[in-house]
Amino acid sequence: MLRFIAKRIGLSLVTLFIVSMIVFIMMSIMPGDLAKQTLGRDASPEAYEIWNKEKGLDKPLVVQYGVWIGGVMTGDLGMSFQYEQPVSEILGPAASKSAQLAIVALILIAPISILGGVIAAMNRGKRVDRVLTVGGLSAAVIPEFVWSVVLILVFGVAIRVFPVSAFPDDENPNIINSIYHLLLPSIALLFVLFGYISRITRAGVIEALDSDYMRTAVLKGLSRKTAVFRHVLRNALLPTIAVIATQVPYLAGGLIAIERVFNYPGFGNILMDAVVARDFSLLQTAVFLVGLVIICFQLIADVLFAVLNPRIRQRVTE
Amino acid sequence: MKDTTNSEAKKLVLAERLAVLKKNKAFVVGASILGFWIFCSIFSKFMVRFDQDTMDFESINTPPSLKYWFGTDSTGRDVYSRVIIGARIIMVISFIATALGAFVGASLGLIAGYLKGKFDMVLMRILEAISAIPVIIIALLAVAAIGRSSTVITVLIIGFIFTPNVARTVRAAVLGESELEYVAAAKLRTEKTAHILFREILPNVLPTLIVEFTVRLGYAIFAVATLSFLGVGLEAGSPDWGTQVADTWDKIFTNIWWPTLFPAVAIASVAVSINLISDALLEVFEL
Repeated sequence: MLRFIAKRIGLSLVTLFIVSMIVFIMMSIMPGDLAKQTLGRDASPEAYEIWNKEKGLDKPLVVQYGVWIGGVMTGDLGMSFQYEQPVSEILGPAASKSAQLAIVALILIAPISILGGVIAAMNRGKRVDRVLTVGGLSAAVIPEFVWSVVLILVFGVAIRVFPVSAFPDDENPNIINSIYHLLLPSIALLFVLFGYISRITRAGVIEALDSDYMRTAVLKGLSRKTAVFRHVLRNALLPTIAVIATQVPYLAGGLIAIERVFNYPGFGNILMDAVVARDFSLLQTAVFLVGLVIICFQLIADVLFAVLNPRIRQRVTE
Repeated sequence: MKDTTNSEAKKLVLAERLAVLKKNKAFVVGASILGFWIFCSIFSKFMVRFDQDTMDFESINTPPSLKYWFGTDSTGRDVYSRVIIGARIIMVISFIATALGAFVGASLGLIAGYLKGKFDMVLMRILEAISAIPVIIIALLAVAAIGRSSTVITVLIIGFIFTPNVARTVRAAVLGESELEYVAAAKLRTEKTAHILFREILPNVLPTLIVEFTVRLGYAIFAVATLSFLGVGLEAGSPDWGTQVADTWDKIFTNIWWPTLFPAVAIASVAVSINLISDALLEVFEL
């Protein structure tokens, strides 16, 4: 097991390195002169030179990459061109905002999706199962921004039960109020993620229902429902958690649109602003960090799968 | 002689599967909706009631009526005509992007799955790295780097992003196929590698590829709509559905819902119809 984890971490590091290269190359091949764009056309050639020197842009690309990645490794994320502020001071609060939204969303999504999967599995082949499975996956292919706009229209404008902004107006909102504001965007995420998560729970529960220990439990006199909640869920839950971990990339991409619609000052909104302002120093680090988080979650998911399934463990270490 | 009976048997199997598909309710619903939008994108010129860009300042923000079926937006443009015209843009772009991703991905997957070894290992690492960055974020990076959004860039990015998924699916299928006897037989006949890959193995992994294509097509609709909603997908002012929602959605707070809801529902209906089709294909082809 340890060998598997060590090998898997090694692979993740390689992937992370390639991600950093992709991001860096994309940010370096852009046409147009960054200095000219930031300082304006009228600045003197000397001023451009000084600016480039200040930002380290006069050095060869390899050195620039080294400085950047070395800084990120040691916690120095550099300065934002746009805000003239350390990148960490801009990304830190935004990341914590996005994390709050993600946590509220997952607390809402995980139990509902798991319940949906269990209900579908226990009614396998019946109408309820079809509706949950086909409906769930159909909902998942509708973009987050469409869900967000429709939800705002229904619950924020037509019947006013939820606020249309994800962020309370007060200076010091209490936690209940903050969560209340995050519910509508979380529901938008629920629609997109429900299908994937409940499908995996359903598969896990069906497998467990057909197993020997389930037959024993039923023969022992437990009702089907009790048996499912006592025995089956325990076995079906871990793959579900692993799948939730693999859904983080979708979450990261989807949050951008949702934060935009709900006017929420999170990571996605900062990213969009950095794109518009062409703030490369901020953008490059922010995207690298997104990649880092995603790779970490994939690592967790893979290790979980391996704990569950010895065959996977063998395949990778061989 | 043996070859003809074999291909006839295959045709029979295909006919049987098509018959099963026709009975699949989800498939019929999905195909009808998608068919409707394909019809719209071909014959949009005959279906629109007004020019999609003409602004009628006399009738701004009018609710749906007999004259303006879906109402008008804040510059007096006919929402119905814009939704109909928008169909072609999203369909064509999504289709080209998916085809690009499927072509490159399938080629890489075929080669990696057949050759295995170092090439396979290196390629899989790079593909994994690409799929570690969400589509939307890669697109944002590219738009920032280039400095403007454009249709060509969007197509290239989505194709690029889909390559790993297609390659992985095809590779897995090829790994299974390359163990089979007909591949060994082709090798013994000293056929060229390209012949074995594209003439022998490709036809056998084609069902997998077709299903993967429809799944990706659904995601392409998702991605194109989201990118243009964020203002980084297509040229500004384009009458595509994502841009329409982006341009109008701030009016929903004043209860002007029609310029936003109709294109939003159009996006949802196309995405869902493709999902229903790919779901049914998965079931029928037992993948």
